[in-house]
Amino acid sequence: MLWIRYVCVQLNRATVLWTNEKGDTTMIKEVNNSVSVDDLKKFKEEVLHKYPKKVAKKRDKAILLNDPETPPQIQANVRTVPGIITQRGCTYAGCKGVVLGPTRDIINITHGPIGCGFYSWLTRRNQTKPETETDENFMMYCFSTDMQDSNIVFGGEEKLKQAIREAYELFHPKAIAIFSTCPVGLIGDDVHRVARHMKEEIGDGINIFGFSCEGYRGVSQSAGHHIANNGLFKNLIGRDDEKRGDLKYRVNLLGEYNIGGDAFELERVFEKCGINLIATFSGNSTIQKFENAHTADLNMVMCHRSINYVAEMMETAFGIPWIKVQPIGADSTAKMLRKIGQYFGDQELIDKIEEVIADEMVAVTAAREKALKKTNGKKAMLFVGGSRAHHYQNLFEELGMTTLSAGYEFGHRDDYEGRVVIPTIQIDADSRNIEEITVTKDETRYNPRKTEEELKALEAEGMEFNGYEGLMPQMAKGTLVIDDLSHYEMEKLIELYKPDVFCAGIKEKFCVQKMGVPLKQLHSYDYGGPYAGFKGAINFYEDIEMIACTTIWKELKAPWESETYVEAQYAY
Amino acid sequence: MLLRHTTAKEIDRKALTINPAKTCQPVGAMYAALGLHGCLPHSHGSQGCCSYHRSALTRHFKEPVMASTSSFSEGSSVFGGSANLVSAIETIFSVYDPEVIAVHTTCLSETIGDDLTQIVSKANEDGKVPAGKKVIYCNTPSYVGTHVTGYANQVSSFVKFFSTATPKKRNVVNLVAGWMEPSDMREIKRIAKEMEARTIMFPDMSDVLDTPLTGHYDMYPKGGTTQADMIATGDSKFSIGIGPYTTEDACIKLENKCKVKFETVEIPIGLKATDKFIMSLSRHANVPVPDSLTEERGRLIDMIADNNKNFYDKRVALYGDPDTLIPLVEFLLTLDMKPVYIVTGTPGKHFDEAMTAMLKEKVPEAKFMSGERADMFRLHQWIKQEGVDMLIGNSYGKYIARDENIPFVRLGFPVMDRPGNNFFPYVGYTGATNLLIKILDAFLDHKDRTCPEEKVELVM
Ligand code: SF4
Ligand code: SF4
Repeated sequence: MLWIRYVCVQLNRATVLWTNEKGDTTMIKEVNNSVSVDDLKKFKEEVLHKYPKKVAKKRDKAILLNDPETPPQIQANVRTVPGIITQRGCTYAGCKGVVLGPTRDIINITHGPIGCGFYSWLTRRNQTKPETETDENFMMYCFSTDMQDSNIVFGGEEKLKQAIREAYELFHPKAIAIFSTCPVGLIGDDVHRVARHMKEEIGDGINIFGFSCEGYRGVSQSAGHHIANNGLFKNLIGRDDEKRGDLKYRVNLLGEYNIGGDAFELERVFEKCGINLIATFSGNSTIQKFENAHTADLNMVMCHRSINYVAEMMETAFGIPWIKVQPIGADSTAKMLRKIGQYFGDQELIDKIEEVIADEMVAVTAAREKALKKTNGKKAMLFVGGSRAHHYQNLFEELGMTTLSAGYEFGHRDDYEGRVVIPTIQIDADSRNIEEITVTKDETRYNPRKTEEELKALEAEGMEFNGYEGLMPQMAKGTLVIDDLSHYEMEKLIELYKPDVFCAGIKEKFCVQKMGVPLKQLHSYDYGGPYAGFKGAINFYEDIEMIACTTIWKELKAPWESETYVEAQYAY
Repeated sequence: MLLRHTTAKEIDRKALTINPAKTCQPVGAMYAALGLHGCLPHSHGSQGCCSYHRSALTRHFKEPVMASTSSFSEGSSVFGGSANLVSAIETIFSVYDPEVIAVHTTCLSETIGDDLTQIVSKANEDGKVPAGKKVIYCNTPSYVGTHVTGYANQVSSFVKFFSTATPKKRNVVNLVAGWMEPSDMREIKRIAKEMEARTIMFPDMSDVLDTPLTGHYDMYPKGGTTQADMIATGDSKFSIGIGPYTTEDACIKLENKCKVKFETVEIPIGLKATDKFIMSLSRHANVPVPDSLTEERGRLIDMIADNNKNFYDKRVALYGDPDTLIPLVEFLLTLDMKPVYIVTGTPGKHFDEAMTAMLKEKVPEAKFMSGERADMFRLHQWIKQEGVDMLIGNSYGKYIARDENIPFVRLGFPVMDRPGNNFFPYVGYTGATNLLIKILDAFLDHKDRTCPEEKVELVM
């Protein structure tokens, strides 16, 4: 039996309603959300009061009370104020760590001093599964030019060239990518020139390309995503025209990085439905998949922030439409599959998809019902990344939990308010740093997958192309939306509202837990997962149920701290 | 195979580092700064470095690690980061209210050539530093040295900014703590107390990176060397630098500045290094060694003797930091084990000389290397050439250990996949028994898992 869930979240109250296809309604849950608008206002006042004037003025624009109907304008993707303890990382991390990191058969050389390469070595949980024992897999390796002071003074290009020669001699890879760290741009090393030079010198069909992803270039990882997207498009996408496998239902999944095996679960679901996944950007990926991605007929964008540029470019160049999907949460995974069915409009596929959903939902519903008993009515806060703070609200809704407050670490206004605001976003010096590449229709291979009329018809049926409505419309009125949450603000949030679970990253983890509130890491999943797809939803239910049932939090006070001390008396 | 592209065939690499056995200076500076009470480390550069360093330390200690950053933009990278640092100082004091801000540089601010002395004095002149508060700083360019160097530079900056000599010397010995775990520092303090020696330890991360969970978060936990103690180090009669790579420079600076004589000893890992440390402390604090410590020593000897069949002639590969590797190799030799391959990414003559001296006769076949390209890829290649019985080092060794099916003991920085390093010390005699138990567990668990069924035995 298929159950559909409706959630109406009003101020102070969330109602969860379950309906099956016959219209029976069950399990009406009322969630009393004890935080009022006044409380949240109080938060803002308290926090801003503490900052120096200029800082307060700036933070004021990044802390908002939400209105899902007409999302207020939030300040996002602007520089963090110096001195503020932020969650954010750098451009290099977004480029090398996030987007290119999960691809197993590229040798990624970090051009710079040793640190940057060291810290991005295996610290994101991108799992990968080569098809055979001998397939190339460089994921466990860290390659660096380990620049020394002489390289800073005299330039590091020669060392980089030599490093590439040595990498080639040792491993004979198909491709080598070079990632620039902060000093590289300053001393004037041209990694692109070196890439061209070495490509020629080595020959042998090798692909070598560089990224100018120096950490200072953007305000956060986000600039690195953009730079990586440009590089993917310029150097990889479209190099291999061969259509492999089934010619029907060819799709790409964009912005999925296989943390904890998410990609494996989604691959499983697609395969079960008979959907032909050409490329994932970039969980469990290989170069060849990128090169071949333009042979797909639909792009699905999961993490909008990190990969929407590739989706746009592929639409312009090859005529592949893109849709936003959220395969986080069982219901939204089902929704994604139905969208695919609708897009291809093939009854056989639509039926297959419904069959798969019904089949998967049996275990999902059982797990959900079990977890709900413990999780229903609890409160969550999410401050992470550029899409997870949005997507994971689906899972919390499925668990009957309310999100009191959320925000991104490196989102832009469109990730909050929806893509409609893009034309109104001001370009500042930081955004200007990032190379804009001009993409035009590919002369021979541009092929609109749907005609204008077909797209219109699908839109009339409720499909949305090339659009994303952002996080705010999903959050309840009066909830608190905060961009680039600072450490101080985080402490205050917890002090004032004591959520039942706080979602963030490793840097926040233990501090929040010292305050007696469990923290769920949504970058690394606390080394659990997968959380995507149907099985992922079950894992997440179980993990949040576990958090709700963990008893150690009740033992924080020693008995002698809460009882009055009574001296023992002995009678002899 | 996880490291499936590693083969026995070495080439003469001149530029490419693969799987480094080191990381960069600022993370060491950040760690050391946490050992000063009420101190907030500040990373002067782009925010990425700070984020990486905090994450690395957090993953290792499983504890909050707070640090702020100057959040450079392209503009600051071109015109210098002075304005960023001055405004950072103002913001930090009003929002996070530390006693001290300890600024360290990154590759970026070093390449630009920001002058910290000038910037900090400007912040002081502009009234950005509240009365009674302090901003200290050190230079930590990562293209020189390694995380070990960064630690050393931060410790030296404590001396530079605090240590003060008054006319009156005190009967106190400074214990300058090298890169150890908080549990190790706690253990060294326990030993000193047991000996009734009067000491000041700096830096001191115990009660900073091993705090209790109480439901209350303290940004500045109760541990850490206090400023008063740090100032008083100038009046101490002697300093013992524990770990030459990380403390010798501070000791020299303290001698120059306040005339406090010093000696450096290795970190007391294992029997002999502990013997040497205790004798040094006994001599310089002028206190006898109590029987309780002699008994601890005896228990360690007992354990070694009882288990010698599991140690004798076993070939071991190691990687990590010189201050850890030197006493560790010495300890393995005490156990009659054979440290055959040793690499450290940290350059320095002392390591090479110590290895030569210890290994020349006992393990003539040993290979060791330090500095650039002395990396884990090379170590793995050596292992491919001729195998070992055990691997000791940080978490990154797990891939080699699994591929080659060798028992693996996690020791060093960072250990991100097993908890407990900030709980159980490895220094001192008690620490040495902890380490022995880890080594034995690794050997014996491996044997239980991999030996033929008919060889599985209850009593071992
Ligand atoms: S730039 Fe320098 S300081 Fe920053 S992480 Fe890289 S090596 Fe370390
Ligand atoms: S900010 Fe620059 S130096 Fe720091 S980690 Fe990022 S690229 Fe490396």
